[in-house]
Amino acid sequence: MHQPGRAAEIKAIGIGKSFGTFRALHDLTLDIGRGEFLALLGPSGSGKTTFLMILAGFLPPSDGRLFSDGEDITNRPAELRSAGMVFQGYALFPHMSVEANIAFPLKVRKVPAAEIKERVAAMIERVGLKGHARKLPSQLSGGQQQRVALARALVFQPGVLLLDEPFSALDKSLRGQMQAEVKRLHEETGTTFVFVTHDQSEALALASRIAIFNHGELLQVGTPGEVYDRPASRFVAEFLGEINMLPLTDVRKDNGSMTGLCEDRPVTLRGSQDVTGDALLAVRPEYMTIRNEASPGENGVSATTVGTTYLGSATKLDLLTKQGTKLSVSVPNDVAANALGSSNPIWLTWPAERGILLAR
Amino acid sequence: MAPLLLFLAVAYLWPFLGVVKWSFTLPEPGLGQYGAVLTDPLVQSVFIRTLRICLIVTLVSVVAAYAITVVWVRGTPTQRMLAEFCILVPFWISVLTRAFGWVALLSNRGLINTWLQSIGFISEPLALVRNELGVIIGMTHFLIPFAVFPLASAMRNLDDRVLLAARGMGASRTRTFWSVFVPMTMSGIIGSALIVFVFALGFFVTPAILGGGRSVMVAELVYLRIFQSPDWGLGSAISVVLVLFVGALMALLFRYVRPRQMV
Ligand SMILES: Nc1ncnc2c1ncn2[C@@H]1O[C@H](COP(=O)(O)OP(=O)(O)OP(=O)(O)O)[C@@H](O)[C@H]1O
Ligand SMILES: [Mg+2]
Repeated sequence: MHQPGRAAEIKAIGIGKSFGTFRALHDLTLDIGRGEFLALLGPSGSGKTTFLMILAGFLPPSDGRLFSDGEDITNRPAELRSAGMVFQGYALFPHMSVEANIAFPLKVRKVPAAEIKERVAAMIERVGLKGHARKLPSQLSGGQQQRVALARALVFQPGVLLLDEPFSALDKSLRGQMQAEVKRLHEETGTTFVFVTHDQSEALALASRIAIFNHGELLQVGTPGEVYDRPASRFVAEFLGEINMLPLTDVRKDNGSMTGLCEDRPVTLRGSQDVTGDALLAVRPEYMTIRNEASPGENGVSATTVGTTYLGSATKLDLLTKQGTKLSVSVPNDVAANALGSSNPIWLTWPAERGILLAR
Repeated sequence: MAPLLLFLAVAYLWPFLGVVKWSFTLPEPGLGQYGAVLTDPLVQSVFIRTLRICLIVTLVSVVAAYAITVVWVRGTPTQRMLAEFCILVPFWISVLTRAFGWVALLSNRGLINTWLQSIGFISEPLALVRNELGVIIGMTHFLIPFAVFPLASAMRNLDDRVLLAARGMGASRTRTFWSVFVPMTMSGIIGSALIVFVFALGFFVTPAILGGGRSVMVAELVYLRIFQSPDWGLGSAISVVLVLFVGALMALLFRYVRPRQMV
């Protein structure tokens, strides 16, 4: 059995889930390390909630096994798993005060009354709800309800805290505040956090690792830096943020690096990959530089500006290459003014280590 | 809204005002009839019996309806269909038919007593009808479907995730039911109890048939006072007291139920 206060280590092996003939999850294998902050990221309907429900024990998987600290918990019911859960919409008990909501998991565990009082008070203090203890959830703001949900899920010192899009109902500034708070709670408690979101910036900002889902499949797992800079597929590359895709031909290995032709111009990439022939070259716009000319041997592509979007702090340029590939980059506002002034093609260049090679 | 109010005023309020007038004027002007309501031992015993029967009927109906509604709202598709059938069928049979149906089932030579005697379980027939028990059985059977609807709406509005949350925090099914499910459907319980209680207070046909004249309830008493021992004043005064009581009850409970439902 789980001992309170100890972060859990979870292993999912070949987890699948079907609803009738529909496969919501497909052969998912994933290790969640002790005390890590894992984000499950993916578009709507990709199976994130389904996986979280399987971790919590609310849904039985159709295939595969689930281990917690080496114990097989695949068939263990939710109430014996000791997972804290924060639901989308919080799912507070509307008929109980803030205090009673937070005390509930302790009462269920038959913790002595005096200790319950102490721990609930400490938890209320910790999430900044002092003075709200006697209120009903309906008398609290969205952010405060969120804090109650967090407090209630953490008060019994679960081995893992599962959060399903906890911030989706909050406005932008409150979102940032609550993200910081969750990050602090993670550091203070040291518990394993598994966090569902479909907001890539949230995942990049909070998580120690990100697992990217699409159509019920786990596409890639890695640190924010890994998945952002080294996406393994076009989907992951595009899902994690703006990225420019250029068709490459004649791709081949060239002692320790890769080369190919981009719009009839040779380009090089770092590392060695098993891709040859036609492929895609992906470059994040922030790694692209605008130039009047590219020197020979430099990675670059020429394009003309076809539109601009003023973003406030910068301007986004929409560009078209000679062969008709659309690109976009954000540039300082004064640079944008110059770029528009001339009708000559400009050059976009990037360092070899910033190019990502993807299968076409 | 306005035409409806007008209709209610003409159809109910106007005649009721006539009844109020009789209660103060027949057989002679004064408060004499209200004095009788408060002191007449027969009227008192009918009031007490009515309250007792209505409370028992309300309790049993709401508990039974709660169980049926849980199955109806949260059961498997087959269970749901069965529950729905049980809820709807009674609406197709008239009160009168049902009352006589219960007589056929419960009387001394009815199905139940005959069967129990034939298997030797009892030697003398059980007194199941023409007494308070019969009245309670008949009324409960009639009122359960009405108790279902407020409960069903409360249960449908309940967010499943709240129940999952309770389970996830370590609460057993039983614990979740009593600490979360029941309190969260309390507005439905109160609404349903209110409907059953108020309906039960005005019951006439079922107690008249299943009570066999021995368990007279208030509505039957009014009928007797008006049509059999012409005493329109007392009959009217009892009616007025009953209407005021129901009105006060509704006002009280609406104040309690409304703010709760907004949660
Ligand atoms: N109980 C169910 N019965 C049938 N299909 C279901 C059920 N639960 C989920 N699904 C389906 O499984 C797929 C994955 O659902 P899931 O809720 O896990 O998505 P999600 O990634 O959490 O999406 P979102 O970001 O919109 O919350 C969806 O296509 C959904 O329609
Ligand atoms: Mg979801």
